[in-house]
Order: sequence, then C-alpha cells, then structure tokens
Amino acid sequence: MEYSGARILMECLKREQVEVIFGYPGGVIIDLFDEMSRHSDALKPYLVRHEQGAIHAADGYARASGKTGVSILTSGPGATNAVTGIATAYSDSIPMVVITGQVPTQLIGNDAFQEVDIVGITRPCTKHNYLVKDIKLLAGTIRNAFYLAKSGRPGPVLIDLPKDIIVGKSEFVWPEEVRVRSYNPNYKPNLVQLRRAADLIVNAKRPLFLIGGGVVSSNAGDVVTDIAVRCRIPVISTLMGLGGFSGTNSLWHGMVGMHGTFTANRAVTEADVLIAVGTRFADRVTGKLSVFAKQARIVHIDIDPTSIRKNVNVDVPVVADCREAVVGLAEILSAQAGEKNWEEDHAAWLSLLAEYEKKHPLTFLPGDEIKPQQVIEALDRMTRNKYDILISTDVGQHQMWTAQFFKFIKPRTFLSSGGLGTMGFGLPAALGAQVASPEKLVVCISGDGSIQMNIQELATIVANKLPVKVIILNNRFLGMVRQWQDLFFGRNYVCTDLEGQSPDFVRLAEAFGATGYRISESAQLEPTLQKALDAPGAVIVDVRVSREENVYPMVPAGKGLDEMLVT
Amino acid sequence: MRYVLSVLVDNEPGVLSRVAGLFSGRGFNIETLNVAPTLENGVSMMTIVTSGDSQIIEQIIKQLRKLVTVIKVVDFHELAAVEREMMLIKVQADDSRRGEVLRIADIFRCKVVDVSLVDLTLEATGDHEKIGAIINLLNRFGIKELARTGTLAMKRSMQRE
Repeated sequence: MEYSGARILMECLKREQVEVIFGYPGGVIIDLFDEMSRHSDALKPYLVRHEQGAIHAADGYARASGKTGVSILTSGPGATNAVTGIATAYSDSIPMVVITGQVPTQLIGNDAFQEVDIVGITRPCTKHNYLVKDIKLLAGTIRNAFYLAKSGRPGPVLIDLPKDIIVGKSEFVWPEEVRVRSYNPNYKPNLVQLRRAADLIVNAKRPLFLIGGGVVSSNAGDVVTDIAVRCRIPVISTLMGLGGFSGTNSLWHGMVGMHGTFTANRAVTEADVLIAVGTRFADRVTGKLSVFAKQARIVHIDIDPTSIRKNVNVDVPVVADCREAVVGLAEILSAQAGEKNWEEDHAAWLSLLAEYEKKHPLTFLPGDEIKPQQVIEALDRMTRNKYDILISTDVGQHQMWTAQFFKFIKPRTFLSSGGLGTMGFGLPAALGAQVASPEKLVVCISGDGSIQMNIQELATIVANKLPVKVIILNNRFLGMVRQWQDLFFGRNYVCTDLEGQSPDFVRLAEAFGATGYRISESAQLEPTLQKALDAPGAVIVDVRVSREENVYPMVPAGKGLDEMLVT
Repeated sequence: MRYVLSVLVDNEPGVLSRVAGLFSGRGFNIETLNVAPTLENGVSMMTIVTSGDSQIIEQIIKQLRKLVTVIKVVDFHELAAVEREMMLIKVQADDSRRGEVLRIADIFRCKVVDVSLVDLTLEATGDHEKIGAIINLLNRFGIKELARTGTLAMKRSMQRE
C-alpha cells in the first residue's frame, strides 16, 4: 500500500504514541495539516499564535509529562521562529521532535520563497537533525529522531521535510527495530566507580548531595531521597533540579549558585564529599571555579561523558543513567555501611547547616508595598497540600524568587528555562503543561517584562479553554537587569524602566477573553489570589509589587560561592 | 600540545559542517583537516590536527564522540603511529638557482612535478616536521605557491609494550 509522505509521518507519529502536536501551518506543509485532519481521533493539533510558542509549548508538555514534545511548522520564517525554542530545549536536555517543511528538493539552494537552511541553522542547537531527501528513508528517519530525542541525554531533534517528500508516495514500512550504529548511550554504571563513590560517602564527615535536571529527567528523585534519608545526607539542587527532592524535607537546603541560599552555598564550600547527580556544573551553579567545593572529593554522575571534567575536575566520574547509578549506589551503600551510625556521624554537619539556615534564612523585609517574595510565599502557603500544582516561570527576578520561596515537592512541577534563560518561555510552557496535565493547577509566574515576550499565546490558551493562571510580579522594571545596574553600574537604569510603558494587563486579559485581576495592596493579596485560583478559566493576576527589590543572596558573576552578598 | 585525531564518520551531507561547527562553536583549534572516503561504503575518515591542553583534548574527543554521525575517534597521542603529509611547492628557480633547489629536493626525496624557465614545482611527503624543514630551507629562494594536504595518520601494527 503506497502512502503519501504526509500520511507516513502521521502513521509514524501514532506509532510513537504522540497524542498532541503544537503547530502552525504554512505553504509547504499545508498537505501535512490536511492529512492530520484525517487522524483527529489520535492526534490533536494545538494551533499556537507564533512558532516560538509552539516549541515552548511542546517543551512544557515534555517537561510536565516526561514524554517527547512534538511540533510541526512551516519552512522559512516558521522554522527560524522556532530556533530560540529549540535552543532552550537543547540547553535543558528536553526531548522534542520538531518537524519543519522545506521547499521542494529541486528548489533547495535557489533562494526559493520561504526557503532557509534550517538544518544548517539548528545544527549547533539540536541533538541531531535531518533533511529527508528520499521518501523511502522517511519512516526510518522519524523512528531514529524519536529514539535520539528520548534516549541518552535527551534533546531536541529536527526533521526538515521538503514539499516533494510530503506529497510523494511510497510503500510504508514501519521499522520495528531502531539502531543508530554510531550512537550507543551508556546507561549502566561502572561498579568499580560506584564502589569508590560509596567508599567516599561512608568515610565522609560532611557529605552533600547536589542534584540537577538529570535527576528529574531520569526519575531518580525517589532513590536519591531514599539514600539521603537513610544516610542522613543533606541535599541541595541546581535550578533544574528543583522538585527532584522535596522542599519540605528537613535535609533540604535549597538551591545553590548565583542566587542560591546561604546554607547551600556554604554547604558546597565546606562539604568533604560532594555527590553531584545529573548536573553539568554550569557557571551559574559553580561561581568561580578555582574556589568551588575546594574541600570536597567529588563524585559526578551524569549520562553525558562531555559533562564530566568539562568545568569541574572530579575524583569519581560515573557515566550512566542517573537513576540506574543511584540505585546501584544505594545497594552498595547498604552492603558497605555495615554498622555505621549515620545519624551520629553526620550530626555535627547537619547541625552546622541548621545553624546557617537559622542565621541566614531566605528572607525579605515586609513593607507597606507588596513584596514580590511575599507573593510566592502566599502562593506556596495557599496551595500546599490543597492543589496538585505545577509552576512555569519566565526569566529574571520572579524566576529566582519562585525558585527560592516556593517549596517544590515533586519532580516535573517546576518548569523554567535554566540553561538558555529564555524570556517568553513561561506562558507557552504553561500551555503545554496544562495540555499534558489537564487535572493540575498550572500557574505561570512571570514578570511585566517577560510576559510581553509571548503574550500572544494567551489567545491559544483561551481558545482551547485551558485554565492557566498567570501571576505577574509587576515592578515596572526589567528587574534582574535593573538589579545589576543597581549593584554594578551605579544605578544607571538604562533601558530597564518600564513605568508607564506596559499595557494594562487586566484589560489585556479581558481583550484576550481571559479574566484579569489587579492586586495593589497586601490585604488584597490572598483573597484575590484565591479568587484567581478558583476561577474556571485562564486568569492574569497583575500584582503591583515594590519596585526596587533585589534578589538575595547573590554571588556576583565571576566570584566564588563563599562571596555572597546577603543584603 | 599538538594532537592528531582520526575520526570515522557517516558520510552524510553536512557531516563536515557538524565537525567543523563543533570546533568553531566551542572555540577549539583546527590546524589541519583532511577528509576522504574509506573502503566501507558511506563511511569517511577525517584526520584532524588540533592543539590544546589535555583537558581540552579530552573535551574535543568526547564532544566528537557525542556527534551522532561520528562512529569512532582515535587519538594518536601515546600510540605509535605513522604520520604523513603531502605538499606541492612552487619555488623560484632560474638557471642560477636551479641546481641548488634540486639538491635540496634530492636530500628530502622530493619529486619534481613541473618545471619552467623560472620555477620548479616539487612534490614532497613526510611528517609534519619534515615538511616544515623543507619549507624553511626553500624559503630563501622565494616560494611562489604552496598547497598541503594536512596530516594523515595510521596506527603502527607493532605497538610499544
């Protein structure tokens, strides 16, 4: 039976258990959308308002569900609009397959209408990409793309489909087996290395777990928790690791790095054994490398060999799937620990950290105006144990306050652009997350700057009756840049003051068909937030917060983690 | 420190750009790069000469292995290996200088592949150092043109214990 390329694609997507597609039609992929309409029982398209939104939505869908996000876009500008989203997913290792249309094969290279070399453009920001030039290779290519996206260290894979491949005909053969000769990710940990790691842990006086996004993506959080609780090892995380370990556990000491907690940054500096799981030691995490974790022997578990010894020299590298590695580590620790009294051995260390926590908790000075941190604290208090909540953020001060003041309890409940730091990520990511988890309370926490970067997706959200709640911490500044201007540029607030320059977010919400609330006084905060959470549809809450609040602690760029500014 | 890497790749369109883009994108150096097909259909061999400290080379090798189209990477550092490069070099050589140039060509076992009244074109093969030495010696006559293949390398069958 001969199928068109478009039909072959749909058949492949169904076999890959794809259920939703975030897309935007256009000239060369009109046939794909036409074909898609005949598979509406299995494939639901979400029509976004901008291709960047499609990719972030697919990304949010993937982060929330653990499945591979899928997006279908047209050639040329459709494809280039996707690049920021693809780079975002690449930085954070999010599994995604992006399908772009391309001009017919015979026109490639002729500067045809809406032609762009998207395979060339996305080469450095995809895990891999393909230009399909032979319809016989189409099914195999799609199979490989899904396999690459989800296996090993996950990432986005792009498939560029010329028009003649989409409309051409070929026998459809679904490749049952998938094998890429030159690609064999290593999942199994090396036992010798694990034993060395266990040795270090057993003999440590001040051990510390540092968990990253790999713990979330490999579902290793429960095993890390098991080891930490059993062996009384405190835990800190990177931004991407939030939710991998419960923020309410007494062993939890918060996020590390540039805006990490005082305790977490001191803990890294003073630990004698650091067990880093699923992190690539990014510069925002380590601060100045020459003074990072100087007293510690470091165990580094990561599935990507390039992460190891890229930034930080480690004593025990373990290249493996994080979950498999910590499962192995847990077993060896049980056998190796013997009669060790973890509680007693780590008592001094844990009480030192508790003391730091007491002396330098995350805090802010309440005032007449609403403090941004206060909004996050209120949201945390109001939703804890009452809602199955998932939060997406944009990028900037609001993102850091969310990371600091909201207690994430479960993995895949904090969706944020960590590596690339993409403003405009939050709203479309919330869209995708709500599609993935219709039963959850999905909240996008944003700033008055960030929200304007993909606000058009509010139309998609309303059109699909997705009850996403948006909370804007509105300080009428591009706050994070203003903070740097405040601290390092003599308060020269260039191009960061948005006073009087933003739309009325309440009326904007209404214009989009959502509900808008404004909160200007502390007394209104909780009642209005509650009203927003209870509203059936999409809501924007414009919270007017104090203007010049800074995020603390802060490790200035290029400084060591022990050189924190605390106020 | 100079390193010679041999990289076996799937010969798909764009593979050169993937490898070259990796080097430029991450700020690694390429001194020479040579690509040609192997005996196996659809598989090519790249020989790359690069430089950096051991941590950078480790990253280069790991990053190369991470590329989906890269099948195998061999680092010739610490391996006994044969290294060769070929060069075509056009040297000014009128009647008064021709004899001298030919003597040097002879010492280095270069072949004369083209000759005119005013210049000689030589073909030379050898390792990196030998090619460098030839260029140094011929420099004073005036080098009009120069084309080099970049290094090729192969592991020796007998490795030191």
